[in-house]
Amino acid sequence: MQTEILIAGFGGQGVLFAGQILAYAAMDAGREVTWIPSYGPEMRGGTANCTVIISDEEIGSPLVLNPTAVIALNLPSLEKYEPMVKPGGVLIVNASLVNRGPRRLDIDNVFIPVNEIAERLGNRRLLNMVAVGALLAKLPVLTLDQIKQALEDHLPERHKKFMQANLLALQEGADFALQAQGVKVE
Amino acid sequence: MAKELLKGNIAMAEAAIRAGLEGYFGYPITPQTELLEWMSERMPALGRAFLQAESEVAAINMLYGAACTGARVMTSSSSPGISLMMEGLSYIAGTEVPVVIIDVVRGGPGLGNIAPSQGDYNQIVHGGGHGDYHPIVLAPASVQEAIDLVVLAFDLAEKYRTIVFVMADGNIGQMMEPAELPPMRPIKSEYPHWAVRGAMGRERRILSSIYIDPKDEEVTNYRLMQVWNQIQANEVRYREYFLEDADTVVIGFGTAGRIALSAVRAARAEGIKVGLLRPITLSPFPAPQIENLIQRVKGFLVVEMNAGQMLDDVLKVVKGRVPVEFYGRMGGMVPFPDEILAEIQRMSREDIPLDGDPRQRWMKRLAPVIHWQN
Repeated sequence: MQTEILIAGFGGQGVLFAGQILAYAAMDAGREVTWIPSYGPEMRGGTANCTVIISDEEIGSPLVLNPTAVIALNLPSLEKYEPMVKPGGVLIVNASLVNRGPRRLDIDNVFIPVNEIAERLGNRRLLNMVAVGALLAKLPVLTLDQIKQALEDHLPERHKKFMQANLLALQEGADFALQAQGVKVE
Repeated sequence: MAKELLKGNIAMAEAAIRAGLEGYFGYPITPQTELLEWMSERMPALGRAFLQAESEVAAINMLYGAACTGARVMTSSSSPGISLMMEGLSYIAGTEVPVVIIDVVRGGPGLGNIAPSQGDYNQIVHGGGHGDYHPIVLAPASVQEAIDLVVLAFDLAEKYRTIVFVMADGNIGQMMEPAELPPMRPIKSEYPHWAVRGAMGRERRILSSIYIDPKDEEVTNYRLMQVWNQIQANEVRYREYFLEDADTVVIGFGTAGRIALSAVRAARAEGIKVGLLRPITLSPFPAPQIENLIQRVKGFLVVEMNAGQMLDDVLKVVKGRVPVEFYGRMGGMVPFPDEILAEIQRMSREDIPLDGDPRQRWMKRLAPVIHWQN
């Protein structure tokens, strides 16, 4: 059993860290895991993505054509990766930054305004944790408690003051995804 | 020790430090710069030597000099930087001093790009520097294996007084995986009988790659070949997956090898009897293992992130006795498992000819794939 999660957005949206926290939680749960970033001559405001694979056996390819789940934090990421989600998979979209609805009937779509939710919680930089919360509500590969524990154990000391805000963001994201009605496919 | 989530480049650097590294000499280049960066912080903190040279040419010659003291020393770079090191490398081989070099291979030729590639196979495995010499080349496919092979590299380098390469690629360098680092070994306190560390109170020792009289140079070459024979006899390493009943065997190393593993698993789920041989030592090459497989398999599929450099080594072993096919991506492109799965499926359906050139057949199949992407 293998689960592949691709997280994509602008540099600065916390794409790579969102993947790392999933990877830490998976490792602490005793699973096999790989985290691999797209790396290149990239900079703040450019595109960034990473792929996390969680498995019960030795992981082969660290990259897959059709991931189980995609988190698209901006419009270019939605356009690029929406067609790639494995049928029956999950697509989490940052509704704050896209001007259209979903296009696929065969996957679980969650359009969630992570920017607004994060701002309401007092810090726009929490948007990645809101998205991770929404993802795990739809894709129970790890529990929110496991993510919270991973934050406790692996968040750098200087960021520990944001601990409570991160936990709140995860919960808000999960609550939104669970309450969201089925979105209308264009 | 507990597992940590480690990035390949940093894991390799820390593994070298824990293996008792005394001196690091290097020059930054993507995608291995984190390795040098880690060294720049850790080595001085431990009272050991870190030196960022003015170029790769300088770095390899500093490495050469440091190796002559018998200390555990290494450098690391990526493809264009490794090309610059070739002269020094040949001098190191000719002087018979142990060094470890990590090559985090990127797309080429030329300046190329910083994406993962295996295009350095021929340069690393089959020379690059002038003269007859054979380095040991280790190819990790995961962060844990990269750690283990870096530690092994130092032991092998000293055992055989030889160059040991760890040939990774951008994926291994940039990827994070749970892995366990070895405990910190103490810096060695005894140095080999040949080391040049000051001759106060004893006979002078000279380390050099100059043998002006060809008779002496031939003796040296013969000695190098004897050592190489020992290495070939004792140090072949590889991993096997699903080979017990396989009638088709995929051969791939490093990142290409682990991508092939995904394809092999998917093919197995469809009932195709396929296995994987993943060479860990590219030099010495696991030729005896391939020879054994020839007796019972219908064909081989060689998978690489280059235009078939290891393919030639496989063909040299197979000698036309069973069909060999090839699938590669080049220039920093990384295959998806789906592409390799399609090749395995095709081989299970079609009769593959014994004659002809697998590289020519592959180029025909690849052309529309490249065309489609653009």
